Amino acid sequence: MSGEGLYLDGVTVVFDGFRALNTLSLLVAPGELRAVIGPNGAGKTTMMDVITGKTRPASGIARFEGHDLTRMEESAIANLGIGRKFQKPTVFDALTVFENLELALKAPRGPVACLRWRLSGAARSAIEATMEQVGLRERADDPAGLLSHGQRQWLEIGMLLMQDPKLLLVDEPVAGMTDHETAETARLLAGIAGDRSVVVVEHDLDFVRALGCRVTVLHEGTMLSEGSIDHVQADPRVVEVYLGR
Amino acid sequence: MRRLVLPGIVALLALLPLLNLLPEGSPFRVSDFVVSVAGKWLCYAILALALDLAWGYAGILSLGHGAFFALGGYAIGMHLMRLIGPRGVYGHPVLPDFMVFLGYQELPWFWWGFGNFPFALLMALLVPGLLAFVVGYLAFRSRITGVYLSIITQAMTYALMLAFFRNDMGFGGNNGFTDFKELLGMPLNTPFARFVLYFAALVALVGCFLVSAAMTRTKFGRVLAAIRDGESRVRFLGYDTLRHKLFIFVLSAMMAGLAGALYVPIVGIINPGEFSPANSIEAVVWVAFGGRGTLVGAVLGAFSVNALKTWLTSFAPDLWLIVLGILFIAVPLLMPRGLIGMLRR
Repeated sequence: MSGEGLYLDGVTVVFDGFRALNTLSLLVAPGELRAVIGPNGAGKTTMMDVITGKTRPASGIARFEGHDLTRMEESAIANLGIGRKFQKPTVFDALTVFENLELALKAPRGPVACLRWRLSGAARSAIEATMEQVGLRERADDPAGLLSHGQRQWLEIGMLLMQDPKLLLVDEPVAGMTDHETAETARLLAGIAGDRSVVVVEHDLDFVRALGCRVTVLHEGTMLSEGSIDHVQADPRVVEVYLGR
Repeated sequence: MRRLVLPGIVALLALLPLLNLLPEGSPFRVSDFVVSVAGKWLCYAILALALDLAWGYAGILSLGHGAFFALGGYAIGMHLMRLIGPRGVYGHPVLPDFMVFLGYQELPWFWWGFGNFPFALLMALLVPGLLAFVVGYLAFRSRITGVYLSIITQAMTYALMLAFFRNDMGFGGNNGFTDFKELLGMPLNTPFARFVLYFAALVALVGCFLVSAAMTRTKFGRVLAAIRDGESRVRFLGYDTLRHKLFIFVLSAMMAGLAGALYVPIVGIINPGEFSPANSIEAVVWVAFGGRGTLVGAVLGAFSVNALKTWLTSFAPDLWLIVLGILFIAVPLLMPRGLIGMLRR
């Protein structure tokens, strides 16, 4: 079971005696879209940190495609094909949308290689395809500094896609977005899944419903409930700790 | 129309010394003084370009670029000193006057080779480049950025100034080098030499400008801009930002060294005062005033601030440092994008 996709089993993380994660188990299949919800302090961000190697668990198993994530450096995990989108969008304001994506494109990264870099036809079409996917085709030549908050988030998702990840971790993508942007983002993420696994951490339940995927509810560092959005919203334990408040 | 602006400026700069040839009394005649001052400004413009590459493009605010400029100047100064030969006051066939005065018996090893012009010119580039490599590597590797990096570079130039003031360094102490006689078989202090040195500086400025323009248009230039705006994010994308910053910092230092090497034959003197922290800060003010992150802005800033300085110091020299301080504070507050930013708006 641990050869494919993302596999967490019995993961425990302790900070100064506080159990941020408590025997958490999670299985995300290749190409699956998964939403993770839970109240503040439920362990959502810590879970992301364990997967990306930022935090080491005290015990438990964390594997991706058979690789032991608990023993790998952050950069090595990134090279496995795990991309993470942080809450705060960090795109390069002085560069255009196209140039931001070009920078993220897989290519030699040294100074001399960058001086000699010429955009090939294949690279151009890869960038254009990504702009199409994240809905920024029309803004290709605009500096990222001129984009709206939502568009910046999409650009950053686009930059992650340029690195061709197998698993995309997305942290609260729709915070601060308009309703329209939220709906667009749900469509974008649902479209990305299928080729790659996508794990979305989010508070906004309307957005999670729009994703139309399997939902995992975390509470006090452990999995409380899992299933469709209707299933977990009907679960009395979930109602008690999260939805009822 | 915009395409004609730069060739137009270059044509005007090339015309300037030719106006010096007009007969005395002609209303269009440009004086010898103006030609040598303009030659100095061309060198300052190269220094401004160099600083702009590091600061305006990569966000490395160096407050010590004057040190690279001065080292380049000293390298050529050593060559000029060797060329004086027996024409010195003491008439020693090999040793410069100050060495005779200090009782040197033979040429120190680090003066070897400086009798050769290509070697001296190479050193004018390599010594600043090597210093930038060492300081840059240590600072960037420790992820020192922002104001801390500025302080380190400022300390670097100050330390070098103190070192060069010492007589036992073998660089002429606080008198430095002067009283040069010739360069490449050409007697200095003649109208012809003034011409040649002026055009050498102009050609170097145009060359540095074109190289910088070509470089900043590549993906490397965009990586630098990205480092300036969010270095950790660039690192996250898999770029080793240390290598990119070191590359531009070393290149920038070499360009500053070239500027210093062109400057010393024009002004006819180099002394430790060139390492003074105020000089480096002045260079930062040129770039800020003209508009950092644009190459035209850096050149424009060097010309305009120096024009102001020349005008002001002709009647109130004491005011200059105060005006410099005011510019240092007021420019980032009132015109963060400099002259170019105001012109474009």
